[in-house]
Formats: sequence, structure tokens, C-alpha cells
Amino acid sequence: MTALTAPRPGDAAANSPEPYLVVEDLTVKFPTENGLVNAVTGLSYSLELGKTLGIVGESGSGKSVSSMAVLGLHDEKRSRIQGSIRVGGTEIIGLSQKRLNQMRGNDVAMIFQDALAALHPFYRVGDQLVEAFALHHPSASKRDARKKAIEALDRVGIPQPDSRVDDFPHQFSGGMRQRVMIAMGLINSPNLLIADEPTTALDVTVQAQILDLLQDLQREFNSAIIMITHDLGVIAEMADDVLVMYAGRAVEYGSCKEILSHPEMPYTWGLLSSVPDVTASTDSRLIPIPGTPPSLLDPPTGCAFHPRCLHKDKVPGNLCSTELPMLTPGRHQGHLKRCHLADSDAIYVQEVLPEFDPGLAAELADTTTDDEAPR
Amino acid sequence: MSDETPDARAALDATDDPGELAEITGDVIEQIQASVTEPHAPSELDPTRPPILEVENLRMYFPVKSGGVIRRTIGQVQAVDGISFQVPAGGALGLVGESGCGKSTTGRLITRLYTPTGGSIRFGEKGEHDLVKLSNREMKPLRQDVQMIFQDPYSSLNPRHTVGTIVGAPLIVHNVVPKNQVLNRVQQLLEVVGLNPEHYNRYPSEFSGGQRQRIGIARALALQPKLLVADEPVSALDVSIQAQVINLLQDLQKEFDIAFLFIAHDLAVVRHFCPEVAVMYLGKIVEIGDRETLYARPHHPYTQALLSAVPDVKQAVIGGRRERIRLEGDVPSPINPPSGCRFRTRCSLAKEICAKVEPPLMQIGKRHKVACHFAAELGQAPARPVTADLLGVDDQGNTTSGPVTPISTQPGYADDWIDLDARV
Amino acid sequence: MRRVITAILVLILTSMIVFTIFFMGPKNPAKSLCEKQQRCTPAKLATLEHRMGLDKPLHRAYGDWAKGLLVGRTIEYSDTESYECSAPCLGISYTSNREVTDELKEKYPATLSLAVGGSLLYLTIGVIAGVFAARYRGRFIDRALVTTTLVISAIPYYLIALLAWIFLTQRNHFFADTTYKPMFDGGFHPIAWAAALLLPWLVLGLTNATSYSRYTRGQMVETLGEDYIRTAVAKGQKENVVVFRHALRAAIIPVVTIFGLDFATLLGGTVFTEQIFSIDGMGRWALQAVVGRPDIPVVTATVLVAAGFIVFSNLVVDVFYSFLDPRVRLA
Repeated sequence: MTALTAPRPGDAAANSPEPYLVVEDLTVKFPTENGLVNAVTGLSYSLELGKTLGIVGESGSGKSVSSMAVLGLHDEKRSRIQGSIRVGGTEIIGLSQKRLNQMRGNDVAMIFQDALAALHPFYRVGDQLVEAFALHHPSASKRDARKKAIEALDRVGIPQPDSRVDDFPHQFSGGMRQRVMIAMGLINSPNLLIADEPTTALDVTVQAQILDLLQDLQREFNSAIIMITHDLGVIAEMADDVLVMYAGRAVEYGSCKEILSHPEMPYTWGLLSSVPDVTASTDSRLIPIPGTPPSLLDPPTGCAFHPRCLHKDKVPGNLCSTELPMLTPGRHQGHLKRCHLADSDAIYVQEVLPEFDPGLAAELADTTTDDEAPR
Repeated sequence: MSDETPDARAALDATDDPGELAEITGDVIEQIQASVTEPHAPSELDPTRPPILEVENLRMYFPVKSGGVIRRTIGQVQAVDGISFQVPAGGALGLVGESGCGKSTTGRLITRLYTPTGGSIRFGEKGEHDLVKLSNREMKPLRQDVQMIFQDPYSSLNPRHTVGTIVGAPLIVHNVVPKNQVLNRVQQLLEVVGLNPEHYNRYPSEFSGGQRQRIGIARALALQPKLLVADEPVSALDVSIQAQVINLLQDLQKEFDIAFLFIAHDLAVVRHFCPEVAVMYLGKIVEIGDRETLYARPHHPYTQALLSAVPDVKQAVIGGRRERIRLEGDVPSPINPPSGCRFRTRCSLAKEICAKVEPPLMQIGKRHKVACHFAAELGQAPARPVTADLLGVDDQGNTTSGPVTPISTQPGYADDWIDLDARV
Repeated sequence: MRRVITAILVLILTSMIVFTIFFMGPKNPAKSLCEKQQRCTPAKLATLEHRMGLDKPLHRAYGDWAKGLLVGRTIEYSDTESYECSAPCLGISYTSNREVTDELKEKYPATLSLAVGGSLLYLTIGVIAGVFAARYRGRFIDRALVTTTLVISAIPYYLIALLAWIFLTQRNHFFADTTYKPMFDGGFHPIAWAAALLLPWLVLGLTNATSYSRYTRGQMVETLGEDYIRTAVAKGQKENVVVFRHALRAAIIPVVTIFGLDFATLLGGTVFTEQIFSIDGMGRWALQAVVGRPDIPVVTATVLVAAGFIVFSNLVVDVFYSFLDPRVRLA
């Protein structure tokens, strides 16, 4: 960070006791001709600097909508947002456009999935980077801004940055373009970076490079990262904590290791069992989640997942279809789940895991005792 | 689900009576519907079946034309440059690789959506048809046997046609059933793939992505093909739906004895579905073999890099992080591929011989072929190139007067092979 | 290069077609000239026809004309009289007996001024209206714009021009005199020039702005939904800049290509406007030539000029496009 950096609203708060990002009871609704779409309901989480939160969900889960709300990207006239989002102490909901513009690209930056669509096709990459920088450093000279742009390209690993800075987005390959997006997101050293499926459109080797890059940059700048994805492998590589979303609500939350080794919600079980693993043993099985994702116009009563849940019968009465479960702690205080099942962990270890991955079940049975200590 | 010789197809072929046909199909439908959400094991290989598809030295070059008044061909995009493989009847071969490797082009060549520039595609249990040599008219009856499922369920269905029209079109084009029975067959097909048969009058826009993919599958099944080319059939679908569609494809494969050429970039999905896998890079097959050998003991540096790049869920659970092999740089252009071995510009093992001599695809195991001068398991690369003596060159790739062992370019596997351990 | 050759071919073909149509047309110009004078004898008719070159076969007549265009030719009136017509020779007008090229140079500035002013006006009004309509989509200003454009485009252009002329020039003399006042007429008279053209400019501008505002609005609405606009907002860019620098930059491209052709059409002469407002430009001249004798040399000349502009603007638009859209490079 150079002397050109003006003090930002978020920087002072970076040292306060509250986590940098606090989302409380966020609800986002979109009125449409067909009715009210409940995209996000009652979402709460927090994220500290230097940590990575992985948000997992499928289409319609609300993961992208909630993250766009952090930047205030929803059109006020076409959406109804309630609740609280605090970034570095500043309340985002209801914030003026002027203040929001000061924070966007500066305290909080976002990178998107398809870099070819997300970069302006008619402006050179250097110009777009310079714009991102100059917006928040108005006193910087053109030469300094251009230098910063070249530095940013170099930092993300683009070869010959001083000549490529004048290229257009379509002249880069997919992986390089995504790096340009990352450079643009990080050029102002934001405290929070939101990455919305940044590697979904990329080849697996390129994806590995990008994930490594993001981890390096996080270590260097101590930024907080929100990684939105549907790929549990990406979560396993990157996330410290995991939030699983379904039908606009958080359904499970915990540390990455906890969620992947002792998931306590049938949807998470379904996610783990329905995705084949390259290293799985040959007697692993693929168990799909039956049914289809729910409609957000007319969500199911009670627990939104119940029409697709294979373990409804283990809950007494009609609880699953009548009452929405609350987010309550499971195995540990830090592991929250939204499910009526009484003993989820036991069901998982004894029933579900052996079904789709007997090898892993056997291994875990040997090491269970180590993880009993509370977090 | 039984692994025995599929009865359904034989039974369907054996009778023409509509009542019996309906009954058999009804049973099949029930079985499939019941099993789609059951746990599915990965497919197994049956080595006794003969190949239904045998591709030898297949080439596809796209001309690059210059601008100007007279457009001359100034170069060739060597999208597919001499690949050979087999797909056993009722079995599955996976084709993996990254963007630009030529796997999608290969799929389109098999279905003759492009006309190959060279090589042969022998189809049929006795290899009686060479798809490269046939004219469009001669191809028509064979198109019933080779069908394709496309990647994008949103753009591969005509939004102006009803589902019934889409699924029924192949039946009408090939005159498979009389006109008054088309609707019946369409409804059966919709049921087989798990859709409501009453929805034949709806338009694709009224269905979700997973359902649209099923419509595409129903259409592909309409002619009872012997071979289905699936080009990334599940990449565009939500995770929870992917598994349903994969299971459906497995069930259909077993019930109707359909062979699959499964093209994908997702190594995990391919591993589940295909007992044998081929890895492509820049238009060539660099390694091909059965699932266990390829995933557990890959011998080609590119395959090793690919596998190390796949994110690992297990490691978060039980620890033990795999060593990641980082590939530098970008994939080279297929118009001007590197000389010798195409992978050498990004390979950590590359030496002089790699630029001078192209490594042949040689068989090093019972069902395992590799194209690399330094083929070996990860971390055990030999000091000398293993191919030097075979090809009559010295360690730097210069031709010597030594004997040359002919290396077969036949698709399929021979009974004896080059034993790498013995050579080192 | 290919485009240039094609363009030239188009021009040649057009000139051939037009020449043929009028040469072989129903009205015989010689006859109508002859009948205008008192006694029309066959001998007199023959002489006239010979003078006008109408007694030659089609291909000879066209050949002469083409030769005149490229290198100049000698026009024979009779066995004794002849006229040296230097290149580019577009012939002699039957009505005025002057060289067409000279008359063209006289009448052209009016059309040019009209075209330039009118098109600048409709481009700016149309685009700005379209941008605002898209930005405030669904709200009052958008709906007002859409309705207004619909109403205006439903009324035939000549009716609007006529009404404007009647009410603003004849009845109330807001724009008293709309005939052309050259800008350089022994001095520099820009004000007189502009004042005279103001009403025709306004009429041209406002009526054509309707379609441009609709095009722009449509393109802008689509562009504003693109991912890169979302990125710009996520960077913290102000709304005005996003709309005008990011969105408009992309949305304007198809509009500009259409404008190229529209402008070229205007350059070929606006018949209604010039006739109604008594502007002595090429459009009016062409109309009189067609309706009159017909005056074949004038007609062919005006059509060729108009076609030339369209072909040329097509070329320019193609080249320009690759500057506007860096993803397109000319082959």
C-alpha cells in the first residue's frame, strides 16, 4: 500500500473486536409478475479477516443473491431487503449510493464467474484496471495508475504485463482472463473479496492455479474471502468455514473439516454422496438426491428439504412437513444445523457413509475418538 | 440390477407384436424408475464383448483461410491428429481432456457431423461399416445406431417444438414406426427417462435443466441406438441432478445394451461411468487404459498433472494432501503444435528427444497404453528414455543404425506388451 | 479490397439499370419537347431525337454516357455543331441545356447542408432520448417516450412537413423563409444559412429521432443487463458514468451502423423536404427531372450520386465497425 491510499471507512474497523463482515437475519425478496420470490430468508453469518468462508448451494439456494446484497448490488426498486449487513462496522442496507460507491471495489470487491462476460469487451484491460484504481485514488496521476495496473497484472501471474496491459479481454485465454478479474478485484487491496464461482467455467488445471493464487493473495493481504461454489472439492481446498444454503436459508454451518467429515443435515449428506470422487475406492456408490430444487415462489411448508429427504421417517409425527427447524448446534457449539433429526451424526456414520463410501467409513471408524473435543 | 446379458433388447428385437412390446417396455420402465434413486456402483468392464466401435488413426484438420479476394488455405487447425481407440459393445469409454484437446470434435466425427480428414471409423460388432467412407445417403440408416446427447440442455432443444415433436422426430424421419404409433412410443420414451408422459405437448422452456437433458436422452434413445456419444451430458446441471442423470444413463446402458463414448472434463464423473478412459491433449491420445490403472498408476505426466489438480474432498476429512503438480503456461495453438511430443512445452520431464521424436502410443500393460518417452509412475521417471532402443534412436533423439521395433497403432490391446520395469 | 471491388460493381450495375429504365421508358423526351413547340413534324422529331442521342441503340447510348463520365466526350448536335464535354461528363440536361455536372455542383450544397444538419439533430435527440428511456425503464419518462414515438411514426412524413410548413411558415411567419441561403456567398453568412434551414432541420430531426430513440432504448436495455455492467457497478463506478461510458459505448454500435446508411440516403436527396420547403437541392431537381421530360441525363446523374453515397457509406461503416468493436478485425 502506497502513500496514495486514503484512509478508508473499513480500515479502522479492521482492528475492532467485531468480525469484519457480519450478516444478521438477511432477507431478500423480489416481487415478480408471478408473485414474491423469497430468494434469501433469515440468513446470518460472520467472517473475520484472513479467513475464507465457503458458501455451498445449487441454483436457487440464494448464495449469489445474498453475496450481491453485501455490495448493495440489487436494484432498490426491484427488490426488498431487510436485516443487517455490516462491513467493517458500516451498515450496508440503506446506505447511500455515494457511500456504497466508496466501498465497492475498495473495502469490498467481487469477482464473477464468466470473465469473458464480466469484463467490458471494448475497453483495454489496462484501462479497466486503471479505472478500478483511479476511482478510489482520485489524486493519483495517470502514470501512477498505469504502473499500478501493470503491477497488479504481474502479481496475478500474467506474463509480459507491460505489453498485455494494452490487450482486450478477448485476447486472453480463459484462465488468464480470470486472473485479470482477480487483479481488478484486488488492485485496491480490499479487506473482503467475494468470489462468485470463479473457477466453474475453467479447466481443472487452470482451476488449481487460480485457487492457489487466491490463497497466496489472501496470505499476503490478510483479506477475508467468501467463496461461492457448488463444488465441494473447491470448498475442501479453500474454505476454513462452510455455510450450506438451501432454498434461501442456511441449513448447515461449521468448520470445513467438520462439515465434510461429520455433516449433520440430509442435504449435505446428499451433496457428498452424489458427487463422485476421483480417489474413492471402487466399491463407492453414487447416491443421488431425489426430486428437484424447490420453487422459491411457493416453497414447501416446514423444512424446505423435506420433499426430497430420505430420512423423514426417523422424525416423529409430521414435524418435517409442518415445522421449520431452527438452526441449532449439533455435535459442537460451532456446528449449526437446521434439521429435526435427533442424532444426525450417528445416522451419518452408521447408515449413510457406509452406503456411498465404505472405505472411508472404515477409516473414520478408527479415528472417531480424536474429534470429540469441543471447538 | 443384473449384470447378465441384457434381456430387454433381445426380447424387444424378437417380437413385433405391439402388445408384447408394450409389456416388455413397461417392465423396463418400472425397473428403471425404481432404481434411479438407488445407490449405483461404478460400471464394470466386460472384456469378452467385441468392440462396437473401432477408430483407427482418425484425423480432422480444419482449414484456416487467409483474407483477401481469393481465400487460400494458409494453415490447418489439427483438431484431431491420429487417434485410435475401441469401445466395447454395451460398454463405455471415457474421453477426457481440457478445452482444445479435440474430444468434442472426436464426438462429432463419430456421429459424422463432420467429415473426417483421414483415418477409419469401423462400426458394428463385426466392423462392417467404415463411417469415414460412407456418403451422406449411405449414412442415413446407420444414424439410427449412433446417436448423440449434447451438453447444453438449454440450446440443444428447439424452443419452438413441443417435446413430443422433438422426441418423435427421429421416429418419423427413419420410418421406424407407423405414424399412428409414434405418440405411443414417445410417451413410453418419456416414461423411461423419468418424465411425465402427459407432458408431450409442452415446450422445452417449461422444463428445468435436468428435465431438458432427459428429453435429449429420450430423443437419443428413440431409435434404439447401439452407440451413444455423450458430450458432457451433465456439466451444465446442478450437482444434485447430475447424479440422477448419471444413474439414469447407467440403467439405460444396462437395460438396452448401449455402448457409450462419454466425453467429459470432469475426471470423477468419467471414472464412475467408464471402466476405460482415454486422456487427450492437443488432438492426440496421450494415455488410455482401464480405470484402475489410469487413476491409481498414471504413467503420463499430463495425466498425473490432471489428477493432481482435481480438488480433493477426502484430504479435508482425513488429511494427507496430495502433492500438486503445477503446469506452467497455456495450451499451445493447434494450428502450430509443438514438434515431437505436443506436451513437451509444459512438461517437467521434457528432454531433447521429446522435441525430435514424437512418442508413439505404446502398450505397457494388459489394458494400458502411454505415449511418452519417459513414461513411469509419479516420481519414478527413468533417466533414459524408454523408447530410444525401440525406435532406433539414441537418447537425444538422433537416428542410429539400431534395430527398430514396430509399434502397433492398432486400436485395442494385444496379448503381449512392452514391460517398462524390465527395460530400466 | 474485396469490398471495394464489389462496391464498384454495384455502382456500375445500378447506372446500367437506371439508364435502361429511362431510356426505354414510356415517355419519349424528344416527343414531349417537340410537342411543346408549335409544329411537330416527323422530321423535326427525328432531329431532336438525334440531338438527344435517342436514336442510337441502347448499348451505344450507354457506352457514350459511360465514356463521357470517365474521360469526357464530344456531343454532336448536328453535323456542324458539337460540344466538348470534359470528364466527368454527366450529359446535358434536356430542360436547361446546361451541363449536368455544373448544375449538380450548384444544387448540391443545399442538400448537403440539409442532410448534415438534420441527421446530426436526429442522432443526438434520438440517442439521448433512448438512453434516458432505458435508464428509467418502466417509469413515466420511458412510457411517454414510447408513446410519443409511436404517434409520430404513425403520421406520414410528408404530412408532418406540410403541416409544419403551413402553420409555421405560411400562417405564422416563425420561419419565414426556408429557401436555401448559401453559407459562402461573397462573404461568410452562417446565420442566414442556419436560420433558413432551421425548420427543415427540426422537421427532419424530430421525425427521424423516433426510430433512433427506439433502437437506442432497445440496445441500452439489453446492454444494461450484461455482466460487465454489473462489474462496473461493483467497482464503485457512479451510475452516470456506467450508463454513458460503459453501456452506451457498447449499445451504440448497431445504431451507428444504421445511421451510416440513413445518412447516405439523406445525402442522396430528400425529395419531400426540399419540395415542401422550396429548397433548391438535388432531391427537388431529381423529382422535376423524372416527372418532366423525363430528363434522362439528370435522372441518371442523381441516381448515380445517391447510389454512390450509399455504397461508400457501407464501406465506411464496415471499416469503422472494426474500430468500434475490437473483437472484429477486417479480414
